[in-house]
This record gives sequence, C-alpha cells and structure tokens, in this order.
Amino acid sequence: MVVTDRATLGRPTRPRVARSSRKRRRRSLIAYLYILPALAVYGVFLLFPLGRSVWISLFHWDGLTLATWAGFSNYVDIFSDGSLRSAFEHALILIVFYSVLPVCLALLLTMSLSRGRIRGRTFFRTVFFLPQVIAMVVVATAWSAIYSPDGVLNKFLDAIGLHVLTRPWLGDFSWALPAVGLIGTWVEVGLCVVLFMAGIQKIPIERYEAARIDGCGALRELLAVTVPGLRGEIAVALTLTVVAALRNFDLVYITTHGGPGTSTTVPAFEVYHRAFETNQVGSACAIGVTLAVLIFLITLVITRIAERGEA
Amino acid sequence: MISRTERVANYVILCLFAVIAVFPIFGIITSAISAPGDATGGFSLPHSVHWANFSDAWSQGHFGTYMRNSLIISAVVVVAGTIFATMAGFAFGTMDFAGGAVLFYLFLLGLMVPEEAYVVPLFYDLRDAGITDTYWALILPQIAQSVSFGVFWMRTYFRSAPPSIIEAARMDGASSWTTLWRVLVPPARPAIVTMMVLIFMWTWNEFLLALVMIPTNESRRTIPLGLAFFQGQHSSDFALLAAGSVVIAAPVVLVYVFLQRHFIAGMLSGSIKE
Repeated sequence: MVVTDRATLGRPTRPRVARSSRKRRRRSLIAYLYILPALAVYGVFLLFPLGRSVWISLFHWDGLTLATWAGFSNYVDIFSDGSLRSAFEHALILIVFYSVLPVCLALLLTMSLSRGRIRGRTFFRTVFFLPQVIAMVVVATAWSAIYSPDGVLNKFLDAIGLHVLTRPWLGDFSWALPAVGLIGTWVEVGLCVVLFMAGIQKIPIERYEAARIDGCGALRELLAVTVPGLRGEIAVALTLTVVAALRNFDLVYITTHGGPGTSTTVPAFEVYHRAFETNQVGSACAIGVTLAVLIFLITLVITRIAERGEA
Repeated sequence: MISRTERVANYVILCLFAVIAVFPIFGIITSAISAPGDATGGFSLPHSVHWANFSDAWSQGHFGTYMRNSLIISAVVVVAGTIFATMAGFAFGTMDFAGGAVLFYLFLLGLMVPEEAYVVPLFYDLRDAGITDTYWALILPQIAQSVSFGVFWMRTYFRSAPPSIIEAARMDGASSWTTLWRVLVPPARPAIVTMMVLIFMWTWNEFLLALVMIPTNESRRTIPLGLAFFQGQHSSDFALLAAGSVVIAAPVVLVYVFLQRHFIAGMLSGSIKE
C-alpha cells in the first residue's frame, strides 16, 4: 500500500535514560489523551458501523421487521445471484476504463510532455488534473448532457456524416456501460499524468542517453526505460484508479441509475439500491463488506507485484 | 533532441487532450449563462449572457439554502478534523507508547475502507439516535473519515520534525500542549493547509453520505444532493442545472488554481480516499 512505511513505525531511537515505569505510564496516558478525540469520533462513526456491517451481513433483514439468521448465504448470493454477479462483472469492465486506459493514455501524455522542451508544461498539468477536483455530481451532469439524444456527441456525429452512429448513449443497452466508463477515463487520466510526471524526473538521464545511443525509437524508449522506471508510480496509479472504479457510486446513480435495465449496475450502486430501495439490508451489507475486502486485496497484490519487480 | 515532426506531434496530442479535459467544464459554463431555452446540452456559444440563471437557481432551486448547509458542514468538519488529526498525529509522530502501532494501523484502515461498507448500518444507528436529517449526521461521520487521512498525514509531518526542537522546548519547561501548538504547528502550516484543502474538497463534494443521511428534510440538503434532486425534477431546464453545477464546482476549482501544489501533493501521497 502507498501509505504504509512499516520500517519507520516506532519513533527514532533516542538515548533513553532508565525511567520508572510509573513515569512511562504517565507518558502513555498523555499520548492516549491526544489521540482520544480523533479515536472516539473514528471509532463510533466508522469502525463501529463497519463491524456492524459485517454482523448484519449474516442476516436477512428488511430494515423493519425482525432479522433472521442467514449465515453466509448473502455472500453466496454474490456468486449465484445473476443480478449481483453482473454488477461485479460491470465493475471489472469499468476497471479497464478507469485504470488501464488512463494509465496507457497518461504514458503517452507523459512522453509528449517530457521528450524535448515543451512550453506550458505546468499549464498542461493543471488542465489535465482539473477533472479530479470537480464534484462527481457536476461531472455527471455535464456528461449526461453530452451523451443525451440531442447532445453534443450526437450533433458532432451528425456533422461529420456519421448519423448512423447516433444514439441515446446512456439509454442504450450495449453502449451505456462504456459511455459511463469513458467518463471515468476522463476523470482519472490527469491523476496518472501528474504521478508519472513526478516519477519521470527521478529516472536518471543517462538511461535515456544510453537508449538513444542504442538507437531506440520513442516506443522502444518508452518500453525499455520509461515504463520500468515508473514502475512504482504505475502501481500507485493502478491502485488509486482501481479503487476509484470500485467505489464508483455517484456517477452511476446520477447518469443511469443502473439502467437501462440493469446494464450499468455496479456493486457500490447495489449497496444503496438494496439497502434503501428494495429493503435487502443484509445483502447490501454483504456487498459492502465484499467491496472492502476486494479493495484491500487488490491494493495488496498491486503493491506486492510492484515491490517484487523492484527487487 | 527530438525531431521537428515529433515536437509538432507532441503539441497536437497535448492540445487535443487539454481540449477534451476542459470541454465538458466549458460546456457547463456556457450553458449556465445561456438563455434557458438555448441550453440543451448542445454546448453552443450563448447568443447573449443570461446571469438570471444563477438567481433562478438560487431561489427556485433553493441553492441558497443548500449552499449554507454545505458551508456549515464543511466548516465544522474542516476545523474539527484538523484539530483532532493534528493532536493525534502529534502523539503518533513524537511519543512512544504501548499500542501505538496497532492504533495507527486502525486509523489507516479508514483510508482503505469504502464508505459503502459501513454507510448502511450507520444510517440505521443514526436514525435510532434521532440525528438523521440533521447536520450532525453529515458532520460526525465526515470528521471520522477526515481524521483517518489527517492522522496519517500529520504523523508523517511530525516524524520529520527534528527531535531537538521538542527536547529544547521541554528543557524550557514547556508542556506537551504548548510544544505542539506554539512550537510545532507554526512551521507545519503548509502541511496543515494541504490537509485542510483536501478535507474541504472531500466534504464539499460528498454525495453518497448526504443522499443516505438526509432522506426527507429538504432544508438540510447539501449542494451536490440538491443538484441531483434538481436534475430529477427539472431535467429539461439545463441552464439552471448548469448554473447550479457552476456554483458547486467554483469554490473547489478556485482553491485548486491558487493552491495547486497543496492539492496535488496531498492527493498523491496519501489519498486512497477520493
């Protein structure tokens, strides 16, 4: 994971005078007092409901009447219930749009930004990153308009004589999911570019010179020098964007509400839909917990792969 | 050196993607100042500038109320989250105590766990406590989310503070409280500003929590929630919708343009949360 630095936990060792254990206990007490406000709010409003979520996921509950024990059946449903399984499949497809595509595009843009002298580098970086800071609600509103039947995309297709391709993009059974995914691509490219631009400065210039002496073209240079040099940054980019793809709720809720039919449902949307629209609270919690575990595992695996590659 | 053709190609690629990145935002802005009938999502340049959309959104769309709610909630979350995270980060970063590592990992957990994993029981618990449909239902959980990032962020900062300063302050007889606020916090201002900017953005843009926690009370809706409901009711009136969108995006974009480095540094270093 990006955020852990295991080696540095525990405070830097400092010459320690033998202290009485009472004094030590007093110092511990002070430390706990400093942590208390944060821990209290965090424990009550995040950890506790998280634990309750695990517990509730073991029941069938409609939110009103008495819950009945379900064991692991809510988890089994994730694999056996067709609508749930397709929600997870949609999430996998969205990962391509949220992670794979942005990483590839960002490599192209990073290459364009870093090979040779480019004017306005800061300007481009600022502009590419901009979608990251805009509220998803606003992003969704803008793109719903672009994709709408009389929206700018269809007008553009009309103008270049491709009327046959025009369609209500978000209302089309086979095109709605890629359409939503491309919004994700639009949002995430900037994050990857900024990460890669920071990383590329750390690649020793000699490696590029060596590649040039060997007569590498732009593509060979990318594969032989840039990508290996950016391995850490690519891992971080993949982690952040995969997590963003799995957490994707706002965008789906506002642009398609899972439709048409169930063609754009995703796990995060199913959590809300089941808990508050169809009264399957236990199942909603099971999906939420599964999502958390999935995010944890993916983060772990990506970090491991990146670390092994470096060793 | 690279060839002339390649340089031209690079500029073409960069400009193309810059246009794509800005286009939807540009479209929202032009629609927001178009005459209501003209703005269809076609994103054409307005014939004349209509500022009236903003006042209409403000009154008809109740955006004034939503804006006030969002401001109150963000302000409380940013202030409380910053203070709590600074205190806890100080303890984790400079003190040695039993169970410190375990507690720290507990906070880190919050950076990875998605909201979807706990929002459902949280709703039922807060409803039983009678605080759904109030500011508290949005403020308290968002302080909790903010401190999980903030503790990690401030701990990293305080660990890098030279131990000699802390030692010197203790020699002078300063309590840990004085050491924190008078000695360590003033030079930490850039790190703290970064944290505040990120907490502000996350709180201001938050959608799912607002949707769940404010089920019926219209007068407590935040501005993103307001926009989503407005979209459902007046989907034909795109000019008003666009005006509302501008109102939501403008504060964060302004802060971003001025404090860019803070944004980028923070979002890349620690943020698993988005």
